[in-house]
Amino acid sequence: MVFDWSPVLLSLKLATTTTLVLLVVGTPVAWWLARTRHWSKQPIATVVALPLVLPPTVLGFYLLIMLGPKGPVGHFTQAIGLGTLPFTFPGLVVASVFYSFPFVVQPLQNAFEVIGDRPLEVAATLRASMWDRFWSVAVPLARPGFLTASVLAFAHTIGEFGVVLMVGGNIPGETKVLSVAIYDHVETLEYEQAHWLAGGMVVFSFLVLLTLYLVNSRQQRTFTL
Amino acid sequence: MNNSINLCFNTSFDDFSLDVNLTLPSRGISALFGHSGCGKTTLLRCIAGLQPAEGHLTVEEEVWQDTNRFMPVHQRSLAYVFQEASLFPHLSVKKNLLYGFERIPKEQRRVAFDDAVSWLGLEELLDRNPDKLSGGQRQRVAIARALLVSPRLLLMDEPLAALDIKSKKEILPYLERLHDDLDIPVIYVTHSPAEVSRLADYLVVLDGGRVIASGPLADTLSRLDLPFKFGDDTAVVLGCTVGEVDNHWHLVRVDFPDGSLWLRDQGVSVGQHVRVRVFARDVSLAENPGKSSIQNVLRGRVDALGEDEHPGLMLVRVRIGSSILLARVTRRAAATIGIQQDMTIWVQVKSVALVE
Repeated sequence: MVFDWSPVLLSLKLATTTTLVLLVVGTPVAWWLARTRHWSKQPIATVVALPLVLPPTVLGFYLLIMLGPKGPVGHFTQAIGLGTLPFTFPGLVVASVFYSFPFVVQPLQNAFEVIGDRPLEVAATLRASMWDRFWSVAVPLARPGFLTASVLAFAHTIGEFGVVLMVGGNIPGETKVLSVAIYDHVETLEYEQAHWLAGGMVVFSFLVLLTLYLVNSRQQRTFTL
Repeated sequence: MNNSINLCFNTSFDDFSLDVNLTLPSRGISALFGHSGCGKTTLLRCIAGLQPAEGHLTVEEEVWQDTNRFMPVHQRSLAYVFQEASLFPHLSVKKNLLYGFERIPKEQRRVAFDDAVSWLGLEELLDRNPDKLSGGQRQRVAIARALLVSPRLLLMDEPLAALDIKSKKEILPYLERLHDDLDIPVIYVTHSPAEVSRLADYLVVLDGGRVIASGPLADTLSRLDLPFKFGDDTAVVLGCTVGEVDNHWHLVRVDFPDGSLWLRDQGVSVGQHVRVRVFARDVSLAENPGKSSIQNVLRGRVDALGEDEHPGLMLVRVRIGSSILLARVTRRAAATIGIQQDMTIWVQVKSVALVE
């Protein structure tokens, strides 16, 4: 048997890219949700949480429509010469970002809320501008939240299936990620390959979660005053 | 008036309104005093810019806030010591101290790092983390951190309130040195009459979001017309100089303008400036001096009579030359002696406390 590593590598590449994009996009949203008293806070927090309860196929279906040649985003990407996103790797990244959004925003929002106003007020009276306060106080104090958010985003992206199948299809080397590959192997009764991939996933997930719990319990000790 | 702090705030929150118009001196410690809920902390936060409020604020000719302008907190040359030390938990003591220090331009640094460290006795603590410090130590670090931004105005929000008695005693001498050695005006929020008499030079009494009295400490403490009563803590504070140390009787004589008092020797030396607090409850009045165990008998003139909280008691303000003492006596005693304004009377001071 020749073991095909390409779905594994593709999954790792997808999860890494998605996690990085999510940290950049999710942090300001989480910051805003943690600090605002605006009436729109709850509605927006609800929208952010939607992927937690929606079936991935629903999310994938709408993304497919939006990103497709007749959808608004599709129109835009075609107009600027990028073509359409479905069934491409960038399309998968976009879909994964939506799908894993709450897994980044919620831990970050919690972490920012736990900090409270006081340390930021102290920093302001010590001449730190808003940007400075964010980097020198909020980010270091929210470190456990950033860790949780990154690990969850990464692991959740590795494990996604429905959205990938809807938006990405099953193109080897481009959109055929690990979970889709396992499905493929099972469909074609290649149980040995399926076992290797599925077993690998179980071990991987266990290690990721264990690391998270261990690190978090240690962080809590350090950060409790 | 150019050299002072002018402020005017008029704002209301859910169930509280603040309406304050004040001029504070740009030297020494001004205490904002009042019961909890009187608005003293809110006022301090407005001065810092932490609490947006309508009004204007000028500090030594620099406008921090008026109708067109609101200088953000981090641009105001102030420092703020919070009730709880609020050290950054992710930074060591040293890095906490450097946080503000490194954020001001070199030419504005008037307090040297090593000076602040030795001043507050932090040499041994620099490498520790805040969670390894006692409450008193944390507050000392917070004070040093505030001083290290070389502020033009130091705001302190009940810096001792969260501490136990032992830690309070540990911090107070540092605050006094701050007062004596540093030329930074301080606005000090407190609800403790003891802290007021020990530290303040200027007193603002707040009640229900309004200023009910403000002025130099001695003047304000001796006012009889305040709707706000200090009760048992009613006292005046006299600025004195140690005039004589009597080693035989273990007493010292402290002189104030137009009078002097004897008190227990607590290790002061001649020429030293001290503050003494004389509680109104420890002052009694007599027609004749007579022999008595009370050593401090002064001749004064009744300046004014005032109400006390208890209907059986009254406050009598007595002038000793240019200084003022308050006596808390029963109405019956006052009637028996026939106390009335401008009469000459003997003032007996049963006990005197050194506050500094």
